[in-house]
Amino acid sequence: MRNNAAERTVEVIINGEPSKVEPGCSVAVAIALAGLPCRASITGQPRGPLCAMGICFECRATVNGVAHSRTCQLLCEPGMDIRTS
Amino acid sequence: MTHRFQTLVVGSGPAGIAAAVCAGERGARVGLIDDNPSPGGQIWRSRRGQEGPDASHDSEATRWRARLLNSAVTRLQGWSVFDQPLLRTLRAERNGEVADLRYENLILATGARERFLPFPGWTLPNVVGVGAIQAMVKSGLPVSGKRVVIAGSGPLLLAVAASLKAAGATVLCLCEQASLRQLAPFAFSLPATPGKIGEGLRYRLATLGVPFHTSSWPLEAGGDTQLRQVELSIHGKPRQLACDYLACGFHLLPNIELASLLGCGVTNGAAIVDEWQQSTVPGIFCAGETTGIGGLELSLVEGQIAGLAAAGQQDRARSLFARRNKLARFAARLAKAFALRPELQSLPGDSTLLCRCEDVPFGAVRRHRSWRSAKLHTRCGMGPCQGRICGAAAEFLLGWSADSVRPPILPALISSLAAPQAAHETSLEITEKA
Repeated sequence: MRNNAAERTVEVIINGEPSKVEPGCSVAVAIALAGLPCRASITGQPRGPLCAMGICFECRATVNGVAHSRTCQLLCEPGMDIRTS
Repeated sequence: MTHRFQTLVVGSGPAGIAAAVCAGERGARVGLIDDNPSPGGQIWRSRRGQEGPDASHDSEATRWRARLLNSAVTRLQGWSVFDQPLLRTLRAERNGEVADLRYENLILATGARERFLPFPGWTLPNVVGVGAIQAMVKSGLPVSGKRVVIAGSGPLLLAVAASLKAAGATVLCLCEQASLRQLAPFAFSLPATPGKIGEGLRYRLATLGVPFHTSSWPLEAGGDTQLRQVELSIHGKPRQLACDYLACGFHLLPNIELASLLGCGVTNGAAIVDEWQQSTVPGIFCAGETTGIGGLELSLVEGQIAGLAAAGQQDRARSLFARRNKLARFAARLAKAFALRPELQSLPGDSTLLCRCEDVPFGAVRRHRSWRSAKLHTRCGMGPCQGRICGAAAEFLLGWSADSVRPPILPALISSLAAPQAAHETSLEITEKA
């Protein structure tokens, strides 16, 4: 059972810290679960997802080196490198 | 990479799935492209990790999912279409990869987005859309024990209240901006569309115990680095509530950027179509919310008609006209019932941000005479969302119409924009057809 449970989580790296989420979890939700905003706005305000369907770009972050990724449209994958700003 | 299709469908929500399945029934080469990780669109968005649309409560979703998975339709999920670099060729991007998609017929089923209106504090984390919070719950956000206020307008509010309660959230109240007088004719018209009765009742029963206020809306969201409380106007009286999430959206708007880019005619914010769902551009069809907000059942019928018409099966398409026209009349009543009241135009103060991409306050924008002038002087609408959020808000708040659409319709990597066309594809296609 314990092994099964371990297989049922995905470990991603958020700002250098390992974070465990359930499979199928979006990157935007993983960031929220880590208690972080996705980005700082151009005047420095913290921002998180607004539309959660790829329209508003508020949830963008750097994922596996790709800047400005819309994290609501991406599912967490093992070892994924997620960086918020 | 280049794909070639007889019919290409953009958008894999209900309308797109129905269109692709119908277009491919007689063996035509059909592609279905969407920027979400799996098919289903918003209403049938799959729950965490599932392959197809969420079928947990809906036999219709189950049936269409099975038809799609059993079809020969090529599914391209996670791809964002951003340009048409050549006639009958769309260009799309996924994680830095680029693909060109050649088509003979194109069906646009690009769905709808929520309309957001600015009010003080609306940029705080955990102030989200109504459809957005539902999408996030399906994407793994736990809301058990969380206090949620739902506000805005439209039938989605009731549906999402029900699903949040089912997920264990405490829904503190539901504020609908429309008045009871405005909504009443809509409620009485339900028997005219039998499929909607059960839907409406189910939501009402499930939301029993959630205070439902008409003529009510959010005035201000408060908090330091995230939402802590909201101030609401309930029948004209201010009321404060501490909460974890404010889910707020003012009904829906068609996504018409791609249709506009391709030259399709648009009226009242929706793509113009003829009886075959064909747009003003021959060979380009539009179905579902792209043609106006009409809901799931109308989207499915329009998708089928577009798919059949594109496949040359006009007789079968024609047999669906009566049902479509009946559902379209229901959609017209829906729009009337949830029309926005003018009081909402005074929600933002001068210091409230209108453009969230460029952090432009409403006061700086409204000094201008037009959207174009405001864009040039303040940069509002010039960030990554390209005015999809603030443009729609400015249209309601200031009566401005948006600019023409220019490529790329989404931010794309320079390498994707500059990728060369696969020159040999044209000759290949001719060989295959011969």
